[in-house]
Amino acid sequence: MKIIALFLVFAAAALATEAIVYEAGPLVMRSGESLKPHEQVDALVLGRLTELGIKPSNLCSDTAFLRRAFLAVIGTLPTEAEARGFIAAKQPDKRAQLIEVLLQRPEFTDFWAMKLGELLRVKAEFPIKLWPNAVQAYHRFIHTSVRENKPLHIFARQLLLANGSNFREGEVNFYRAMQDRSPRGIAATVALTFMGERADKWPEKKLDALAGFFTQVAFKSTAEWKEEIVYFDPTADKDGLTKKAIFPDGSPAAIQSGLEDPRIVFTDWLLRPENPSFCRSWSNRIWSWLMGRGIVHEPDDFRVDNLPSNPALLAYLEKEFASSKCDMRHLFRVILNSQVFQLSSIPAQDTPEAAANFAHYPLRRLEAEVLIDALNQITGTREDYSSPIPEPFTFIPENVRGIALADGSITSSFLELFGRPPRDSGHETERSRDTSPSQRLHMLNSSHVMKKIQQCPLVTAATNSDGTEALADRIYHTVLSRPPSAKELETLKAHVTATYGGGSSLAADMVWALVNQPEFLFNH
Amino acid sequence: MNTTSLPSRSTARDVARVAHTLGGAPFSRREALRRAVYGSAGLLLMEPFGIHAAPRAAAIAKEGKAKSVIQIWLWGGPCHIDTFDPKPEAGREYSGALDAPIETNISGIRIGQLLPELAKNADKYSLIRSMTHGNNGHETASYLVQTGRSSERDVFPGLGAVVSYFKGYDAGYKGLIPPYVVLTEPQGRFSEAGFLGPRYKPFATGGDPSRTPFAVEGIVTPDITEEHQKERRKLMRSLNTLGGSLPGNATLKTMVESEQQAYELILGDSGKLFDLAQEKDEMRDRYGRNTFGQSCLMARRLVEKGVPYITINYKGWDTHKQHFQIMNRKLPELDQGMAALLTDLYDKGLLESTIVFCTGEFGRTPKVASESPWNGGRHHFGACFSSLLAGGGFKGGQVLGKSNATGEEVAERPVYPADLIGSIYGQLGIPADAPLPHPQGTPTTVVPGQEEQVKMAGLLKELV
Repeated sequence: MKIIALFLVFAAAALATEAIVYEAGPLVMRSGESLKPHEQVDALVLGRLTELGIKPSNLCSDTAFLRRAFLAVIGTLPTEAEARGFIAAKQPDKRAQLIEVLLQRPEFTDFWAMKLGELLRVKAEFPIKLWPNAVQAYHRFIHTSVRENKPLHIFARQLLLANGSNFREGEVNFYRAMQDRSPRGIAATVALTFMGERADKWPEKKLDALAGFFTQVAFKSTAEWKEEIVYFDPTADKDGLTKKAIFPDGSPAAIQSGLEDPRIVFTDWLLRPENPSFCRSWSNRIWSWLMGRGIVHEPDDFRVDNLPSNPALLAYLEKEFASSKCDMRHLFRVILNSQVFQLSSIPAQDTPEAAANFAHYPLRRLEAEVLIDALNQITGTREDYSSPIPEPFTFIPENVRGIALADGSITSSFLELFGRPPRDSGHETERSRDTSPSQRLHMLNSSHVMKKIQQCPLVTAATNSDGTEALADRIYHTVLSRPPSAKELETLKAHVTATYGGGSSLAADMVWALVNQPEFLFNH
Repeated sequence: MNTTSLPSRSTARDVARVAHTLGGAPFSRREALRRAVYGSAGLLLMEPFGIHAAPRAAAIAKEGKAKSVIQIWLWGGPCHIDTFDPKPEAGREYSGALDAPIETNISGIRIGQLLPELAKNADKYSLIRSMTHGNNGHETASYLVQTGRSSERDVFPGLGAVVSYFKGYDAGYKGLIPPYVVLTEPQGRFSEAGFLGPRYKPFATGGDPSRTPFAVEGIVTPDITEEHQKERRKLMRSLNTLGGSLPGNATLKTMVESEQQAYELILGDSGKLFDLAQEKDEMRDRYGRNTFGQSCLMARRLVEKGVPYITINYKGWDTHKQHFQIMNRKLPELDQGMAALLTDLYDKGLLESTIVFCTGEFGRTPKVASESPWNGGRHHFGACFSSLLAGGGFKGGQVLGKSNATGEEVAERPVYPADLIGSIYGQLGIPADAPLPHPQGTPTTVVPGQEEQVKMAGLLKELV
């Protein structure tokens, strides 16, 4: 009897350990008058869930939060030391502290310049054809704007009203980074980028009316190879579209033809406080980047027949974003500090409706760039990035990480295999986060990944005298940012007995087995 | 490597077609697909690259005479007058040391003197001696020859990707070996999937088929025993803590399915296709025990498995210097490997249904560059060059087109890349007007329409 009872106790302890890996217990609902913005977000999401009768998942564990926050906010895996430091920290507000640290990290700038680079199509080659020097100028403009936390409406104004050389004024490349540079083509890109609307779903008249503001954007070359000047040319409106310019909300525009740049009239309309479309679409985008799904979904598909899953939440975020003067980091802070961002990915109810209403955190496969950077970090290796087209070749310094690549046309079969967006259209859906058999083949058995694992310091330094537990503890913290559970340790010990002792081959198997786990391949 | 053909794709197709017939294009194909997806939760999960999926491709292509294509790509640009269009009468200034072409088994056709095996089998292939596009840059010319287009703004798919689009997974191809295989190194994205997207990219094997084992990237790992593979797979599975906490999660289910397919290649029978030791020694010798020869043998094995498109990228033809020394080394390899491939396919009754074509991105300057530093080299030459075309219903024993006396200009019946590519599509049952999913929705057909103003001189009716 005694033995059985003991066994039960052990079994229960093991189960508890497994749960602790991902969950920290139920969330706390606050109510009342003076809610902080992130508490307001919780109230709005929970309110909607209650209305729909959906039960939210538990809050995530500290280790799950740590990994999620690093990957979602700076596109970077925590190091072993960072993981141990956070786990050991005792401050009750350590999550909020971590969020502040992450918002100031240099990788934050790299990662979000990458995201904006996708939407703004920063790419040297076909079909965008910015040319490498112009890519550098454009990326520098975006990168600096993110680093300085430039208010997004000012960022947008600079892009929309850009004039000058593609090599010197990075922002003018906004107008060059389009497959279709006709007034209609520009209008469609502007609608997508700044209003989150897809002009291919607009009536033709509406697109023509918006095109009227972009008839006088002109391009000319200079004596310098591939330099191009973007400028305002009052004589360029050959089709007489400017006269027909109407704002997308249907209100008339008064343009003094030939005197003022019609882009200014449009930009003033787009960015004035009473116009919600800019702040609404961008706060929805930011929400979707962090939460894996837009309140309006896809986040760049606003239209009357694609309703927000939680209108009050969207309205709140829009207001919060506008009143912070389009401060991107402020909105990040609000969302990241909410309990909604900190819900476990183990759903209480696994239904599409629960997912659309943010009842649990979704599983998202790591972005191609984030994945390769994480593999390199774990194994102490690097990638060589270059681009053979156009000539002369572009070579990227070897310490540059995937998330910091300026140019979307850098050659990398890994990045392509794992769904790097082509940056051709500026659509959010260009990035693929799906899983395919060829990706699995690559992770499981390619010489590329195998060489990395063989070079990994944890593998090369491992000796037969290292205990399995000590080895596992280091490798788990390095790859999964958490200690191994009791059950996992047992499994590993059994593997040692079944195969060949310890040392490098065990360490290599461990690293291999962990980088092939969904827990590593997904943000959860 | 999706093995399931999905009924929902035809739903997407119908939605798109209905929209189309209603006049105008109120919503895109992507949208049509998305709408269909709502009716079928599985599709997005099964599709590795859902947004690039081809709702209409499958239904359009018909059964053709040809079922597979082997593209032998002489990377760097082979010299036409040293191979398939000899010009000894132009003098040593042009022919250099290779001034004694040989007669083939078809009277009136002679080819380069270093190609005796191909000379015995001229009945099995035809030669085009009037290929032209006029471009002398490697990348641009490779793009031209493999897409048929010179478009400035769009990246068109190469013909391998187009065949994969019309004959691959979207058309019911079910093999675990991807429908478009490159032996062994890919040429890079300019000659690949273009705007069709990564779903139609080739699978490049890497490794070297003349070595044992042929280390096919991701599939055959020489350093890891099968026992070890199995053991560590077991370990990986038993450490799947997150998976254990999320039973029934659809995203993870897709991952598990992908993993099963991957292991079918790593440990299952599908991957054994790459084990050339399964061929008899005599057969391996017949093809030549070198990378090119064994690539040809591997290509034949892939054709037997029904893989629709195989490219053999054969490097080393960019001979600005040491041209004749290199020809003396390479042409015998090319001769043996390609002749073995053609005769072996013929013996097995596969040549009828397999197109073999051999070309580079351009030819080389017919006049030898004898001055320093070239000292007998040849440079890029896109104005006139030769291609070989065999099987899949194309006639053998023919010469199409003619170059002038020095091989520097097309004299008769120019053949532009789009003519050759379009003819290959035709034999595969892909109609010239089959639509390609242009990213901006511009109506685009596999063979360029007149509005594209692509240079063409007519499909190769003479050889069909």
